[in-house]
Amino acid sequence: MSATLPLPSPVAVSAAQPSRSYWAVVWRQLRRDPMALAAGGVLLLIIAAAVFAPWLAPADPYKASMIKRLLPIGSSGFLLGTDELGRDLLTRLMYGGRLSLLMGVVPVLAAFGIGTAIGLFAGYVGGKVNMVIMRVLDVFYAFPSVLLAVAISGALGPGLSNSLIALTLVFVPQVVRVAESVTIQVRQLDYIEAARMSGASAFSIIRVHVLGNVLGPVFVYATGLLSVSMILASGLSFLGLGVKPPEPEWGLMLNTLRSAIYSNPWVAALPGLLIFVTSIAFNLLADSVRSAMDIRR
Amino acid sequence: MNTPSQASPAPERGGRPQPLLVVRDLKKHFPVRDSGFGGPRKFVHAVDGVNFSVPKGKTLGIVGESGCGKSTTARLVARLMPADAGSLIFDGEGVAEFRGLHLKEFRRKLQMVFQDSFASLNPRLTIAETVAYGPRVHGTPAAKAMQQARELLDRVGLDAANFANRYPHELSGGQRQRVNIARALAYDPQLVILDEAVAALDKSVQAQVLNLLQELKAERGLTYLFISHDLHVVHYLSDYVMVMYLGQVIETGPVERIYGHTAHPYTRALLSAVPSMDPARRTEASPLAGDPPNPINPPSGCRFRDRCPRAHAVCADRAPELAAIHGAPEHFAACHLNDTASGHPDAGQEFSA
Ligand SMILES: Nc1ncnc2c1ncn2[C@@H]1O[C@H](COP(=O)(O)OP(=O)(O)OP(=O)(O)O)[C@@H](O)[C@H]1O
Ligand SMILES: [Mg+2]
Repeated sequence: MSATLPLPSPVAVSAAQPSRSYWAVVWRQLRRDPMALAAGGVLLLIIAAAVFAPWLAPADPYKASMIKRLLPIGSSGFLLGTDELGRDLLTRLMYGGRLSLLMGVVPVLAAFGIGTAIGLFAGYVGGKVNMVIMRVLDVFYAFPSVLLAVAISGALGPGLSNSLIALTLVFVPQVVRVAESVTIQVRQLDYIEAARMSGASAFSIIRVHVLGNVLGPVFVYATGLLSVSMILASGLSFLGLGVKPPEPEWGLMLNTLRSAIYSNPWVAALPGLLIFVTSIAFNLLADSVRSAMDIRR
Repeated sequence: MNTPSQASPAPERGGRPQPLLVVRDLKKHFPVRDSGFGGPRKFVHAVDGVNFSVPKGKTLGIVGESGCGKSTTARLVARLMPADAGSLIFDGEGVAEFRGLHLKEFRRKLQMVFQDSFASLNPRLTIAETVAYGPRVHGTPAAKAMQQARELLDRVGLDAANFANRYPHELSGGQRQRVNIARALAYDPQLVILDEAVAALDKSVQAQVLNLLQELKAERGLTYLFISHDLHVVHYLSDYVMVMYLGQVIETGPVERIYGHTAHPYTRALLSAVPSMDPARRTEASPLAGDPPNPINPPSGCRFRDRCPRAHAVCADRAPELAAIHGAPEHFAACHLNDTASGHPDAGQEFSA
């Protein structure tokens, strides 16, 4: 309309908006991303159902009944039918989420911590130490994840904690690789040299300057591992290497229900469907986190 | 408190400033990973026997083509990487034996500003935190370090009330470089190494930052090692100039001497490659053709001879020494043309710069 409209000076504009820390910006981006909201919502629902199962579940997850076996979805009193031992499937799916999510999240968290520490150390120290660490881990890295998980948990024996250890061991080398390569990239940046010029100790430099800049990419990578971990955990249970019956767990349920695949396919497919939905949701969320953290700065 | 030079000078003899930094025979050869099997190990002769000194309170400009070893020299002086050979004397003390606490103290006195203003700031720290980091490492309490950081930001022209809590990506290149300067000044250094510190800035911003550097130098009695591609900028800022070629110093002297009466064909070529303000000098085509030779296998004798318009047989046989130019104090050049005894047919003729 008018060219004489007084424009605010650029300095005044940028001064008006408060500076945000990196994570605040990432969080704001995530909240604006519909995919992140949807995936996050689904995950929250599943997590809430699992966490509050003792209060929310309609029945006792262990109470079997020979006469009510394999009831179809929508039977009276059994919203999602019953399993091969006549236990309420909705209840068991809710309780099953506790173990399945635990086995999805705990190994990734553990590997994130351990792997980042090793990767930072190897990447920052460099030289021969780095080479030895990375070559040793390459041996693990060379095997497909599934094979490695089965082999380690087979060697350790079945059980929840052994599966957690096996999965952690599968993920550590992968996280180390990412952490190491990011550390090497960060280490050669000028701000690290500037920090060295200040006479700071290696520990201080890693803590203040390296860690914060390595954590982001490694975190993104780790969120991508959540779905893998869930699926591998279910696979271990399916193979009888994870939790043991009668414990409810999605992978194990998929296994025990497979005899019903012809008589009652919908019921038999439900645990698999949940594994699928949860891991997809984790993946979509991981993608959103990745793009939210990819702000040019 | 002896300088390494022949005579130990009395303090401030004849008003000549004492050298703050003396570098002797500095060498750095980087091993090259080559594909050849069992062949001899090869090295990039990045810095190959460099000598110079920087008088207190003065600016030494270092110029030369890309890859001639300017940044490597700076990093060696800053002890960011170990030298293969050579000695550094800083303020009368040998630096080579500095370890641990001593090295930490030495680093306080010597700071560096890098070319890439973005890569030299941690994106996760506010600029006040960045400036305060060094003093905190040296034991200044957090609150005091932050207060000092804000004062420094004000001094370099960034209103602390407005900028202190911003992150690097919220600043322009010139503003970021001001932050880098503030960080370098955070603990009263004596020597500041500026490695292409203004090269990435727009001309007008460049002028502002250069003026700031000049002011700060006068205000705090700083000594600068100023590395640049831009010969105009070097002319403006430097008291002395050092010209490097393939890891060696080929000429050094007071700035007006180098720009007015250079004694080396390479410097001449460099200077005439710059678009000159003076039309009389602009007509001459640049005699500097081609790329510098491979630093892995530098030519025998004088390293510049392949590209030198005045090279002769003697230049391939013997490497010229960096020698004093007759009648010009503090002016040194490594060229057979300046030495009547060298056997170069044109030797001794006056250089027409
Ligand atoms: N870390 C390193 N490893 C191997 N070679 C290196 C290393 N750093 C530098 N060089 C080599 O040493 C030589 C000198 O490099 P340097 O960075 O000192 O040049 P420069 O004069 O600063 O160049 P520019 O003007 O492009 O910054 C180059 O040939 C370069 O490839
Ligand atoms: Mg350089």
